[in-house]
Amino acid sequence: MTEATLQATPVPAAARVRNLTKTYGSGPAMVVALDDVSLDLAAGEFTAVMGPSGSGKSTLMHCCAALDTADSGSVFIGDQDLTSLKDKALTRLRRDEIGFVFQSFNLVPTLSAAENIALPMAIAGRKPDRDWYDVVIDTVSLADRLDHKPNELSGGQQQRVAVARALVSRPRIVFADEPTGNLDSRSGAEVLELLRRSVDDHGQTVVMVTHDPVAAAYTDRVVFLGDGRVVDELREPTRERVLEVMNRLAEKHA
Amino acid sequence: MIKAALRSLLGRKMRLLMSTFAIVLGVAFVAGSLIFSDMLNRSFTAIFASSVGDVIVRPEGGASVDGTPSTLTVPSDLIPRLESVPGAARVDGNVSAVGVFVVSRENKLIGGNGAPGIAVSWSDAPAGHGLEGLSVVEGRAPEGDGEVALDVSAAEKAGYDVGDTIRVITSTDTPVLQPELVGLVDFADGGSLNGATLTVFDTDSAQRIFLGGQDAYTDVWVTAEGGTSQAELRDRVREELPGDLEAITGDDAADESGNMLLEAVSFITTFLLIFAGIALVVGAFLIANTFSILVAQRSRELALLRALGASQRQVTRSVLAEAAVVGALGSTLGLGLGILLALAIRAMFAQVGLDLSGQGIIFAPRTVIAGYTVGVLITMAAAWLPARRTARIAPVQALRDDVALPESSIHRRLVAGIVLLVVGAAALTAGLFLDVPRAGWLVGGGVLMIFLGVTAASPVLARPVLHLFGVLYSRVFGPVGNLAGQNARRNPRRTTATASALMIGLALATTMAILGSSAKASVDRIIEDNFVGDYVVGNVVGQGFSPAIGDQMAQVDGVQTVVRQRYAPVEVEGDDTYVAAVDRRDLAGLLDLTMAEGSRDDLVDGAVLVSEEYAADHGVTVGDELEMDTPAGTDRYPVVGEYEENPLIGAGVVTTLPTLAAAGYPESDNQLIIDTDGSPGVHERLDAVVADLPVVSVKDQAEFASEQREPIDQLVLMIYALLGLALVIAVLGIVNTLALSVIERTRELGLLRAIGISRRQLRRMIGLESVVIAVLGAVLGLLLGLCFGVVLMYALRDEGLEVISVPGVQLVVFLVLSIVIGFLAAVFPARRAARLDVLRAIAAE
Repeated sequence: MTEATLQATPVPAAARVRNLTKTYGSGPAMVVALDDVSLDLAAGEFTAVMGPSGSGKSTLMHCCAALDTADSGSVFIGDQDLTSLKDKALTRLRRDEIGFVFQSFNLVPTLSAAENIALPMAIAGRKPDRDWYDVVIDTVSLADRLDHKPNELSGGQQQRVAVARALVSRPRIVFADEPTGNLDSRSGAEVLELLRRSVDDHGQTVVMVTHDPVAAAYTDRVVFLGDGRVVDELREPTRERVLEVMNRLAEKHA
Repeated sequence: MIKAALRSLLGRKMRLLMSTFAIVLGVAFVAGSLIFSDMLNRSFTAIFASSVGDVIVRPEGGASVDGTPSTLTVPSDLIPRLESVPGAARVDGNVSAVGVFVVSRENKLIGGNGAPGIAVSWSDAPAGHGLEGLSVVEGRAPEGDGEVALDVSAAEKAGYDVGDTIRVITSTDTPVLQPELVGLVDFADGGSLNGATLTVFDTDSAQRIFLGGQDAYTDVWVTAEGGTSQAELRDRVREELPGDLEAITGDDAADESGNMLLEAVSFITTFLLIFAGIALVVGAFLIANTFSILVAQRSRELALLRALGASQRQVTRSVLAEAAVVGALGSTLGLGLGILLALAIRAMFAQVGLDLSGQGIIFAPRTVIAGYTVGVLITMAAAWLPARRTARIAPVQALRDDVALPESSIHRRLVAGIVLLVVGAAALTAGLFLDVPRAGWLVGGGVLMIFLGVTAASPVLARPVLHLFGVLYSRVFGPVGNLAGQNARRNPRRTTATASALMIGLALATTMAILGSSAKASVDRIIEDNFVGDYVVGNVVGQGFSPAIGDQMAQVDGVQTVVRQRYAPVEVEGDDTYVAAVDRRDLAGLLDLTMAEGSRDDLVDGAVLVSEEYAADHGVTVGDELEMDTPAGTDRYPVVGEYEENPLIGAGVVTTLPTLAAAGYPESDNQLIIDTDGSPGVHERLDAVVADLPVVSVKDQAEFASEQREPIDQLVLMIYALLGLALVIAVLGIVNTLALSVIERTRELGLLRAIGISRRQLRRMIGLESVVIAVLGAVLGLLLGLCFGVVLMYALRDEGLEVISVPGVQLVVFLVLSIVIGFLAAVFPARRAARLDVLRAIAAE
């Protein structure tokens, strides 16, 4: 265990995870996906969650994003405890407080880019803040592509539309699940720049699951997971330092 | 390869089940029709086997079993001569008559509604081949005046027991009899009356009541001694007969009678088979659609098979093999359901008097073969196009993320659709308006081609409707409506193919609605234009009633004129038709017959008038003679005039009352037209005359009109009920397509849920999409039905259906109904979609 443990961050947390545990299966086939994880995700920070396959990073994100429920422990988005909410409230929470960017299939194929971006707001029956909408469109530099359907956009453009959609409702926190996993390095860089800028310029909180050290280098903080536990943490990461930790963890594991 | 296909089938049990539904219903219709017609057949053969002797002697041309009444008889002095024929064990004379009905304690007619009321004289003679004929099961046989026996089921229905005094009505001079019930009879060796009632008299009474007291018989049975065949005996009997009598074997007589009755009900089978055809066509649409979707969803899997070395043909064949299995499964279930359907039809016919409850289910091999052949072939044919498309999947697509199944160009479909439409319309027009052979097939084929054409062209035709819905939905329902509208537009082929099933059902229903409404309007107008006199007296079962009623009514206070009308089935120039007979004085009076040729005064006994239409259709002019085959024999009758169509005369040939009597028809009236002085209470006084006779009723114009409309309503209702099944199939089709779409869009639905669409919004989205499909089908169906209905009415204008009436309210009801259907169809798929686990949906492949 290194110096990187669970110290409280000085800034207020956008999301807090306390003693979260989740297992799959039972008996000898039981897999512990999350083993008593506690973690604060600071507001206005870009956090990466890393770890080998099966480390529990995706489960952690799904639990934080109100997509999955844990066996025990609690998750707070702002002051709200997710574990006490029913489906209806969870749906509303996802709609109003959370933004999503998935690895692929982020957009509704029948809707244009603009409609996709406006969808969460439209569902909620809210009008997007015009100025903020323009800012977002400007940030993702898609002004000339807004009327196109997803199948008329490149993979990178589609992911940028997805980021715009996640940002436009000013959610408390944006979760990105391997957002560059399906992209070439240039398009991937564009998407990561975009996320970075949203944190720097607009104070957006972003949490990203990735296994790419290059992607992780765009963030403020990297949390490493292994066997369902937080095993390490880096601040102001660079590609080299991330690789170093990954190698160390891999050796330890072997 | 086949194994892989079957595996993938099993992996999709739900989809399999849903696509099978359509086939199940179609095959059930085919099987149900065949089973029911076999049951009819068997029961008719059975009924006559024990109601004929070995050899029957009867007047030539006077077949008494088929319901044609006859006053011709076999003289009783023939009996001793027949008894001396070698091989004759015994000879029995029988008297029989029809139009004899039992009236229950509650003054209700038993049987009626089409089932004949038969009277016979008692005889203990054995039926043909030594079968026991009619036998007494309770009490004793009638022995004298004022005694009768009834068949068991008639007595049971009327609530009479042995010893009761019962009421029997006849169409003879004595309309009501009140004899004592002394016994119950039944066919000992099987055979059912199929709802007909049997009243048994002793021979003397029967002769007195039905033959005017002659010592004669309507027919004579000669029973063969052991070792003498029916044919041998017939030949020997023949030698003894005078020229106006004939002898036939019991077997022939049973066949003859059975065939005649079967012919009369064969329309039922035809009718059911037409609906089986409709169900199968609608079903085929759904199967083609289902397979298209399934194949599209599996295109990656199929591409993988291709990449692993399967040939194009193998892939195609694997899809066809799947279709064969689905077809076989559907056919099996359909056969089972067909049995239930046959039972349901049997119950339905029991309601209208054709009681087959004694006849069990007959599951002939032909039914099984027909069911499987139709089911499997149609499924495979429907899967053929989607299967062929799979062959065009390139192996490399296995490696791609999103595979689009190559589809034929929409424009090619539009062209094909228009060609089909034009050819179909041409065939339809030819079948309806031109005098061509097999017009029915042309019409049916034309309609089918139009349906196929519209379906093929509908992805283009439907564009404006879908667009309209898209705009409307996003205005009214916001983003959820927008999503629903977009989803309906995303695959116009699928949407329109699903809608076609509903289109066919509604097009046919609309056609029927127009037909029924026009027929009723025409009937109303004809009655309004032509109803003369104040009251019409008729027999609800369409059979004759005693002339004594007319005599009594003429004496009723306030009655000025009574016009008698009689109708007799006659073979005129080789065609079976009806000849009307009236008093010639009435031609100038109430009937007010307008002559186109000749004068009504020329109608003397032995002459006939023909209607203009009859004259035109049969090429008859004044001065010709018509050859008519009557119970009295074949004779020629001069045509002395042509009259303009007159709705009061329901036949194309008119003669005088004595002419009909001389031709050997019993003197019973079919309709009376009564003119009164309008004094109060006339209706009640007339009713009082027939109070004892539930078959005969007195009606004023409004009552008469509604009575005439009633059968039209009943027919339309029956057809609606059957078309309802086509609608059920259509609904299943929508359910199926939506459910498959939900499966196909699992990830998208997961995404929507993840970004905050609530379950309720998701359900509404799918419901709205379903309504688009339903309304699209309804609009296309209503438009097509309107065209069919109006064209059909034009074609039928010469048949007396002159008024074309479009029942607007009914059509609106259809449209509203289809919206409801749309919502209902979405319930199951929407629930399925709403229950999706968000996380799993996003992760789904």
